Amino acid sequence: MKILYFAWLRSKIGVPTEIVELPPEVSTAGALVDWLKTRSPRHAEALANSKVVKVAVNQEHVPYDHPISATDEVALFPPVTGG
Amino acid sequence: MAIRVQAGDFDVGAEYAAFTAGRTGIGGVVMFVGLVRDIAGGAAVSAMTLEHYPGMTEKQLEAIEEEARRRWPLDDVLVIHRHGRLEPGDRIVMVATASAHRDAAFESCRFLMDWLKTKAPFWKLEATPEGERWVEAKDSDDAAAARWAEKT
Repeated sequence: MKILYFAWLRSKIGVPTEIVELPPEVSTAGALVDWLKTRSPRHAEALANSKVVKVAVNQEHVPYDHPISATDEVALFPPVTGG
Repeated sequence: MAIRVQAGDFDVGAEYAAFTAGRTGIGGVVMFVGLVRDIAGGAAVSAMTLEHYPGMTEKQLEAIEEEARRRWPLDDVLVIHRHGRLEPGDRIVMVATASAHRDAAFESCRFLMDWLKTKAPFWKLEATPEGERWVEAKDSDDAAAARWAEKT
């Protein structure tokens, strides 16, 4: 699965994208965020506060209980601040 | 219909002229232009860099435009949003709506800006004398967007 990071999530984690092999039990956006925290201390720190970690699946905003699959494009980012 | 996400500046007068040219059914146009301020949260801002999510940005803006057209009788909609490094006074965003009557144009323009602020994937990084800082989302923006929730 391809994961994209934006804004301070990108700078805290240190990479804009990564390709990950999902364990089968990681089947929702929220489970993915929890699983990503275990990848490194940087991930754990960046993703610590789930209130400010938003998820998009295939370029649509989704809640944490949204299902995910290996072919999805998943992006993690802070609340948006455009306009 | 037009959604444009670009690094370059835009000319408000030229955009207005193109938007209305030859369209005599339009009774009113409302335009909003957002600018980079030189102060935010009490700190001087010398520059702002807008990051976005190419692909999702366009997709979200198109969905927001579609929703505006579903709610109001609009002759046309224009949304231009810049990304990259901007300085105080620079234009960031422009939304224009055209309708036969002013109410639809006023309301839909405000709706587009309110929804854009909470749904379009842009993030602002400000340069201040204390260093760079990411702008935090405001509860007031969520409240402004929530006003437009439809009663079911």
